[in-house]
Amino acid sequence: MTPLLDIRNLTVVFDTPAGTVHAVNDVSYTIEEGETLGIVGESGSGKSVHALSMVGLIARPPGRIVSGEVYFKGRDLLKLAPRELYNLRGKEIGFVFQDPMTSLNPVLTIERQIAEPLRRHFNLSKNQARERVVELLELVGIPNARTRIGQYPHEFSGGMRQRVMIAIGISCNPKLLIADEATTALDVTVQAQILDLVRDLKKKIGTTVIWITHDMGVVAGLADTIQVMYGGRIMERGPVDAVFEDPRSAYTWGLLKSLPHGGKRGATRLYQIPGNPPNLIEKPVGDPFAPRNAFATERCKRETPPLLQVEDGVAGHKAAAWYDLRAELKKEREASA
Amino acid sequence: MKSFFLALLKSRAGLFGFLLVLVFIAGAILAPYLGLPSPTRSSLTARMVAPTWTSLFSPGAHPLGTDELGRDILSRILYGSRTTLLIAAGAVVLGGVVGTLLGIVAGYYRGMVDRILMRIVDIQLALPLMLLALLVVAAVGASSQNLVVVLALTSWLRYARIIRGQVLALREREFILSAHAIGAGTWRIMIKHLLPNVMTPVLVIATLELARIIIMDAALSFLGLGVQPPSPSWGRMLADGRVYITTAWWIVTFPGLAILLTVLSVNLLGDWLRDYFDPKLRTAR
Repeated sequence: MTPLLDIRNLTVVFDTPAGTVHAVNDVSYTIEEGETLGIVGESGSGKSVHALSMVGLIARPPGRIVSGEVYFKGRDLLKLAPRELYNLRGKEIGFVFQDPMTSLNPVLTIERQIAEPLRRHFNLSKNQARERVVELLELVGIPNARTRIGQYPHEFSGGMRQRVMIAIGISCNPKLLIADEATTALDVTVQAQILDLVRDLKKKIGTTVIWITHDMGVVAGLADTIQVMYGGRIMERGPVDAVFEDPRSAYTWGLLKSLPHGGKRGATRLYQIPGNPPNLIEKPVGDPFAPRNAFATERCKRETPPLLQVEDGVAGHKAAAWYDLRAELKKEREASA
Repeated sequence: MKSFFLALLKSRAGLFGFLLVLVFIAGAILAPYLGLPSPTRSSLTARMVAPTWTSLFSPGAHPLGTDELGRDILSRILYGSRTTLLIAAGAVVLGGVVGTLLGIVAGYYRGMVDRILMRIVDIQLALPLMLLALLVVAAVGASSQNLVVVLALTSWLRYARIIRGQVLALREREFILSAHAIGAGTWRIMIKHLLPNVMTPVLVIATLELARIIIMDAALSFLGLGVQPPSPSWGRMLADGRVYITTAWWIVTFPGLAILLTVLSVNLLGDWLRDYFDPKLRTAR
């Protein structure tokens, strides 16, 4: 079966006065229909930029797509004319953005904003669109939908606005829904409700989801596949359980180690990865994580490791590392024992 | 709408301005139905009659007196307000639409489009607007349509400047990215997403511009470049009446007062609108 989305060697840079920022470097991956992919990484890891750039949502200039192909349902999105992209966005690929406080237009009613993609893509009349808007609001769990459609964003709470954003994202039954930090701005209980909603919606409408976040916990609860990005590259990728149990990239391992463990309050300081995020202005050479990695070898600094299937791991578990994390960790344990 | 009028009732200056504007508009609309003498009919037997209030409802009464040709001043002021208000309203609408659209385009596209438009604005601002208006009217002639265009020409840049600044800030907001993400094209974003967000400043500028344009229209006709006689116009009445100020003060005083009160009321209304729409001043409403 051909994958729904097939990204090959995507490289995106930004030309800034300070120099060329290498935001996304040679990213390739595929996603199957119905899959939920969780992409994690810190700020500046390229996780948002690569998703926005493949549907033409980054400003060009300063952004520039240097190379790559993005096949969606067999067509290369990077070669589409602007008009074809307009017709695709919102209809075939839906988006949910980070901050529900600013992602809704403050001067338009909720109804107009949810109806817009429907009217734009399906030429629905106002009344036909209204029925669908009410249906969508009920689907995302907003009570009294019929009275609330006439209200403005400021009359909704943060969680309710994020539900509205999701309703906009799924309004045209997109094949692919890209959620960019969709729960980051919400408090934990609301976040849990939104994640429940997304799981529920996946069951009902079966959309393929790319969930971009920096929260490992969210990925663990939602995704089938996890993809860890750093410095514009994929460091590790695989089924969620396999990656959490048996990380092969020192960066993934560092992220997992930095997670707080419940119940042991104040027992130990939280682990933190040493060093600073990479400066993407310099032309990247070698493994981007090498400067912060205690296990890095000379080769890591010179040559970029390819993303390869890991040794005796489950199928689809890939990592980009020259060092052998399992061996290094074993050595460390023996030394401390 | 209800809260708008409630807030208006609370502001004495705003209410005063609003009511006075209504009076002037009503006067302009109702002028032909008030049984006034014709504004252009002169009467040599009734030249420079002083205002009399004793026989107000008799046919020959002149509540604000007559001018040097015996024409009724009240009638001339009311008929004059028709042309003035029509020209001013036309110029505000034309200048507002053009200026707002160009401001949105400049702010949205930035780059070359923005630079060219804003340099045109700079150049025009460097010239005195009155001089520009005089030049254009002298070149193309003074008809009502030409006046509307000329006055709009002195007005569009104020909208363009301010709206461009607003759009520069708005276009970076996330909801514009969301609009792109649902497949909205450039025009759709400019008209359906950006325009509603700048309507408030547009409305406020328009009110303040209306006052400025009324003065400019009066100034042009004072200089003889406005609506041509015999149609009555406020500026013309000032120009013709000023020589009689020592002998017949009413000829120049009442049109002057008309200009003063119109501009004052529109300004009061505009100031109040600006405060009303300013979220920082929106307290306890």
